Amino acid sequence: MSDKLSNKTALVIIGGGPAGMGAALAAHAAGERDILILERGGALGGILQQCIHSGFGVHRFGEELTGPEYAHRDAARVAALHIPVRLNTMVTAIDPDKTVHAVNPTDGAFTVQANAVILAMGCRERPMGALGIAGDRPAGIFTAGTAQKYVNTKGCMPGREVVILGSGDIGLIMARRMTLEGATVKAVCELLPYSGGLARNIQQCLRDFDIPLLLSHTVTRVHRDRAGGRLSGVSITEVDADRRPIPGTEGEIPCDTLLLSCGLIPENELTQLAGIPLDSSTGGAAVDQDRMTAVPGIFACGNVLHVHDLVDYVSEEAAIAGRAAVAYLTAGADAAGSDRPAVEIRCEGGVRYTVPQRLSAAKDVTLYFRVDKVYRNAAVSVYDGDRLLASVKKVKMVPAEMERVSLKGEALKRLSGTTLVVKLEGRS
Amino acid sequence: MFDVAVVGAGVTGGMVARELTRQGLAVCLLEKESDVAMGASRANSGIVHAGYDALPGTLKATLNVRGAAMMEQVASELGVSFRRCGSLVVGFDEADRQTLRRLYERGLTNGVSGLELLSRQAVHDKEPNLTEEVCEALWVPTGAIICPYGLTIAAIGNAMDNGAELLTGFAVSALEKTPEGWQLQGADGRQVTARAVVNCAGLYADEVARMAGDHSFTIRARRGEYLMLDRACGGLVNHTVFMTPSERGKGVLVTPTAHGNLLVGPSSEDIDDKGDTATTAAGLAAVKSKASRSVRGIPFHRVITSFSGLRAVGSSGDFIINMPLPGFVNCAGIESPGLTAAPAIALYVAELLRAAGYPLSPRTDFVPVRRKNPIFRELTDDEKNRLIREDPRYGRVVCRCETVTEGELVAAIHQHPRPHDMDALKRRTRCGMGRCQGGFCTPLVQEILARETGIPEQAVTKSGRESYLYVGQTK
Repeated sequence: MSDKLSNKTALVIIGGGPAGMGAALAAHAAGERDILILERGGALGGILQQCIHSGFGVHRFGEELTGPEYAHRDAARVAALHIPVRLNTMVTAIDPDKTVHAVNPTDGAFTVQANAVILAMGCRERPMGALGIAGDRPAGIFTAGTAQKYVNTKGCMPGREVVILGSGDIGLIMARRMTLEGATVKAVCELLPYSGGLARNIQQCLRDFDIPLLLSHTVTRVHRDRAGGRLSGVSITEVDADRRPIPGTEGEIPCDTLLLSCGLIPENELTQLAGIPLDSSTGGAAVDQDRMTAVPGIFACGNVLHVHDLVDYVSEEAAIAGRAAVAYLTAGADAAGSDRPAVEIRCEGGVRYTVPQRLSAAKDVTLYFRVDKVYRNAAVSVYDGDRLLASVKKVKMVPAEMERVSLKGEALKRLSGTTLVVKLEGRS
Repeated sequence: MFDVAVVGAGVTGGMVARELTRQGLAVCLLEKESDVAMGASRANSGIVHAGYDALPGTLKATLNVRGAAMMEQVASELGVSFRRCGSLVVGFDEADRQTLRRLYERGLTNGVSGLELLSRQAVHDKEPNLTEEVCEALWVPTGAIICPYGLTIAAIGNAMDNGAELLTGFAVSALEKTPEGWQLQGADGRQVTARAVVNCAGLYADEVARMAGDHSFTIRARRGEYLMLDRACGGLVNHTVFMTPSERGKGVLVTPTAHGNLLVGPSSEDIDDKGDTATTAAGLAAVKSKASRSVRGIPFHRVITSFSGLRAVGSSGDFIINMPLPGFVNCAGIESPGLTAAPAIALYVAELLRAAGYPLSPRTDFVPVRRKNPIFRELTDDEKNRLIREDPRYGRVVCRCETVTEGELVAAIHQHPRPHDMDALKRRTRCGMGRCQGGFCTPLVQEILARETGIPEQAVTKSGRESYLYVGQTK
């Protein structure tokens, strides 16, 4: 923090979590030295710092690390390579011309004119108010991530008798965590007929602890202990295929804590200030194979682009963005902006989204995608008109797990049109 | 012994306390909750009504128009967010057209200026996101929006800066006439004596009046439920959009708020339980469907919170402002347009007391302007840097959604009326009021509140009593 801040920087990276660090390390490896990471927290690592359970890094490092260990591997390299970082620094705006506005206690309010920007701000949790649940607003309702922060970094117990709404991974992890810390997790309610979390977490966090997973159930009302002001219980009900409460299935569970694991929302307020359009399916920017957004020179990676299930894949994507940003800087804006073929990728029949959403170069590319519900014995295929470019078959595909299909650059050179279609086939 | 004890620290009580302090009286404000603005004052539409609605000759009409005329200056003195955005009362059919004409005439009688009846074309030009069903409107240029709890907090803070006292957690359980005035007994054993009592107890004003021996009215609770949308949606409408009142009810409004969010509501439901501020699935659903009749494309997927407020509906139909017993003044049944009327109600109460022989005379040393703490996100970079150089805590953004800095939290914590819990601090700074609803900043705000107030961290509550954020340590 002691070095003087320059008002011009080749590459500014917004966010020092796994995405931001991964992008910075890849950019450095590609030869860029004029980098600045702006991080709002007091340390690098982002949300990994509070994820003290293990399971991170299996794909990337071939071993099971805790969140802080995973973050430390990248943070240590960022430090060893002397990549400049500003901590406790909140970016308040990004202009379309890549002027970054930020503030911190030591530098004050400042701007940096960047030649390229990588967005790596991560995501936030969907809060109680956005769920439309009726009732009081007592203390004792937390998003799973907030509870995780209390338990894992502050050593504080948010409550003793817990109901969890939503079966996202953080909720599942917190079901186990709260149980290990002596709380009773009475139920995990999931609105959908399948879980939003990874299969391994269902097993290791719920089944291994005999915590009931109530599929097709939701919380319809929260109750407040009038005298004290804390949560006293929740009303739950079973829902039908259209997610409507089924009369006669209502029940009440007394509890002092409700944890919410009802979805993650990419934090793209800055992205929108920069004039970048979002993909309504991902909640993140629409990008090409280089993770470049609609504004040339502004890239995005990690959970700000689309919510990932594993940090390993965040790092993988961040490396793509980091390398591409350097290529952009090296080639100059003109080269990058012109003469790029534009191929839109359209999702059909069961494929909810892909990243990237468009291609601007005929090179090898992997499309990441999610399906919209559980499918068995299905294939996902990529078509150029009638021509099948690639296909991937799976015994089971679930919305909670990101899937991928790879395309060869050679095949992309001879496209008949400007649209590729990704669709699910042979499903049951 | 105080000159006046004001019971209830809502917007009425706050404005009364401020005015009586200005008039040289020693004022004590008694509030049963842990903070001020805990009843209807924190959960209403936040509208400064122009005054076309109330029946001519009623206190509601008189004090509404008078209060509306005062509000901009009051807001400016107190540093409260206020915007004269104007309002539209939209109509859907011939019956509405006639009602709008009646409202227009009534507005003229009440002395509201600038009213205009708009044709379909004119109203759609003015407000492009109305539905095609809207075929006429009453245009009310003097309609405005204000932050209702902000006004209450600031009025009470200003009264305290000028010497008034605030006792929170003081639930009046008995009132006794004494030779000098009144003795007020608190449920917790505390006692306060005062020459006069002003009853601004909102939903409970009838109970407080009965304690004094006045059985002349009752108060019912009417629940109104609201949906608050993300600030990104605040521009969907440029004005407050009301529906024409009809046999179907008053309809719901769609309005930007003084802080730039979009507010939709309220429902309207008479309930028996004065403590039931819960929202209901049916109420919220009704709000959505009604609002969609006047404004199209309301992005209900961007709701960030919902809430309900209980309006104090008096049995007389009008505001009940009187002195039924020597030295005992009622300000009861202050439902809509009570927020607008509050500054005028305060003057009216002052006149009642003066007429009864209480020694009111304007203080020359009264400071009507409340110190306005910096709002970081509204500053220029130069202003930000000056502030950060003086106090680096203004460079540390705590609430990312609303861009609230540690410096702003600290300033609010040490300003009258001091916040003692998380929600109280939120109402003063907007910290945790944005789209993540405190998901990221709650633990840090809790630390700062504990550090600055000396409250042990684990004793910090969300909203008073035993609403603790955590219940113990991990193993």
